[in-house]
Amino acid sequence: MERASFFKDRLLPIGTVVLSLIVLWYVFVVVLNAPFERDTAARAGTTISFSELLPRTMAQERPVLPAPHQVLAELWDTTVNKAITSKRSLVYHAWVTLSATLMGFGMGAVLGILLAIAVVHNRAMDRSLMPWVIASQTIPILAIAPMIIVVLNAVGISGLMPKALISTYLSFFPVVVGMVKGLRSAEQIQLDLMHTYNASASQTFWKLRWPCSMPYLFTSLKVAIAISLVGAIVGELPTGAVAGLGARLLAGSYYGQTVQIWAALFMAAAVAALLVIIVGFAHSLVLKRMGARA
Amino acid sequence: MMSMAPSNTVVSANDLGLTFQTADGPVTALTGVNLNVEKGDFVSFIGPSGCGKTTFLRVIADLEKPTSGTITVNGMTPEEARRQRAYGYVFQAAALYPWRTIEKNIALPLEIMGYSRQDQKARIDRTLDLVNLAGFGKKYPWQLSGGMQQRASIARALAFDADLLLMDEPFGALDEIVRDHLNEQLLKLWAATRKTICFVTHSIPEAVYLSTKIVVMSPRPGRVTDIIESPLPKERPLDIRETPEFLAVAHRVREGLRAGHSYEEHA
Repeated sequence: MERASFFKDRLLPIGTVVLSLIVLWYVFVVVLNAPFERDTAARAGTTISFSELLPRTMAQERPVLPAPHQVLAELWDTTVNKAITSKRSLVYHAWVTLSATLMGFGMGAVLGILLAIAVVHNRAMDRSLMPWVIASQTIPILAIAPMIIVVLNAVGISGLMPKALISTYLSFFPVVVGMVKGLRSAEQIQLDLMHTYNASASQTFWKLRWPCSMPYLFTSLKVAIAISLVGAIVGELPTGAVAGLGARLLAGSYYGQTVQIWAALFMAAAVAALLVIIVGFAHSLVLKRMGARA
Repeated sequence: MMSMAPSNTVVSANDLGLTFQTADGPVTALTGVNLNVEKGDFVSFIGPSGCGKTTFLRVIADLEKPTSGTITVNGMTPEEARRQRAYGYVFQAAALYPWRTIEKNIALPLEIMGYSRQDQKARIDRTLDLVNLAGFGKKYPWQLSGGMQQRASIARALAFDADLLLMDEPFGALDEIVRDHLNEQLLKLWAATRKTICFVTHSIPEAVYLSTKIVVMSPRPGRVTDIIESPLPKERPLDIRETPEFLAVAHRVREGLRAGHSYEEHA
C-alpha cells in the first residue's frame, strides 16, 4: 500500500471542499444582500452598477447573510480583543454555556447509565421504562424548556441548574439507548462462563457487562455531549438570559445583528467540535487500555 | 437418597430426560439417559448434531435443567455442584475476554472465587506451563492463534480446584494438524492432573484416541445408543491410531452411529 500522504489524502480533498463552500457562501452573500443595495440606490434615485454593488454586499452592517470575513472579524474582535471577563467577550459567553453543558452532560450520562443498568437487570423496568424514555424525546424541547425554567424558578432554583437540567433531559437519552444495547452485548457463551463460576450479579456486571459496553458508551457520549450543548443554548433562549451563547443569539436576532448571530453560531460549533473531539480522545484512550489492536 | 452412588462416581444420570418447549412444539433433546462417570475417567460423547451431547454436558454444568429423571454431580444436584465450583467448562469457542491479557483471562475465575493475589500468580504460571503457553501471559487474545487461544481457555478452566473438566467440542473449530497436537497434549494434561474429563466431539478418531469410555448418542430423540469401555492402554502415542485395537473400537463407534441414523430414517 502507498504511504498516506498528508497533502494528497488530507489537505487536498478537505481543502477543496472547504474552499468550494466558502466560494458558494460568497455567491449567496452577493445574491441575498444585493436587493438591499438596489433598494437603497433606487430610493436615492440612482442606479448602481454590479462592480459598485459587489463590495457593498460584503460590508453591510446588518446583512441578510454576512460574508465569512465579517464573521471572522467579529469572532476575532469578540475573542482576542476583549478581556474574557467582559460581557462583550464571546469567550465569556461560551464559558457560561459550556459550564451548563458540562454539568448537564455529567448528570445526563450518570442518569442514562443508571437507567440502562435498571433496564438490563429488571424485566419490569425494561417493559415500563423504555416507552417513557422514548416518549420523553418526542416532546419538542423548545416547548418544554420555558416550563422547566419557570417551574424551577418558582421553587427557587435558578441560574446554572435549570439550563443544565434541559441538557440532561436531552443527553440522557442516547446514553440509555446505547448502554442498554452495550450492557446486553456480552455474548451468551461469556455469560454462561460467568454462570459456571457461580459469579454474583455484581461480578458479572463489573467483569463482563461493563467492559463489554465501553464502545457503546463512548459512541453515545459523543452524541450526548453535542446535544447537551444544544440543550444549554435552548435553555438560554426563553429566559431572556443575559449571558451565554443562547443569550447572544437571542440578542443578535432582536437587534438584527446577523454578524453577531453567525459569530455565536460558529463559536457554538467550535465548542461542540472540541467537546466531541475530547470524548473521542477519551474513547481511544480507554480502548487502548483495554488492549484493542493498534 | 444420593448416598446410593459410590463415592468415586463423579456424574450419575438416572433415566434423565430434557424436553425443550419451542414455538414448534416440544423437542426432546434427551431421553432415558443412564450413565455413570467414575473419578479419573475420560468420557467422550459422540454423535451427530441434535443428539443431545452438548445438552447433556450443559445439564451437568447446571446451564440447563432436566425435565425428568435424576442426575448427581459429586453426589449433589448440578446446582449445588456449580455453587461449589465443582467443574471447569471449556466452550466450543475460546470465549476469552478481549480486553484482558491471557494471564488476566486465567485470573478471571480466580478473582471471582476470591483467591489471593499471590495464589493467583502461582496458579497462572502453573496452568500456563501445563498448556505450553509459558511466556504468552502478557499477550492479548487477538495476538494468539486459534489453537493457542483454546489452550488458554483450557488453562482458565484448570486454574481453580475443580476435579471435573467439561469440554464441549473444544477443538472443533481447529484444523486437523493443530487438533492432533492438542489431543496429544490433552492426554498428557489429563495424566498429569488426574482430572475427570467429559468431552463432547463429533470426530470418531478424536473420541477413540482420547477416551477411556465412549458414549455414542443419536438424535430425535437424543439418547444414548452405546457405551464403549475402551480397551486401549492409558499410554497412547499418536500412532496408536493405526493399531487393530484402535480400529476395532472406531468400527464399533461407527456401527453405533449408523444404528442411530437408521432409526431416524424409520421414525
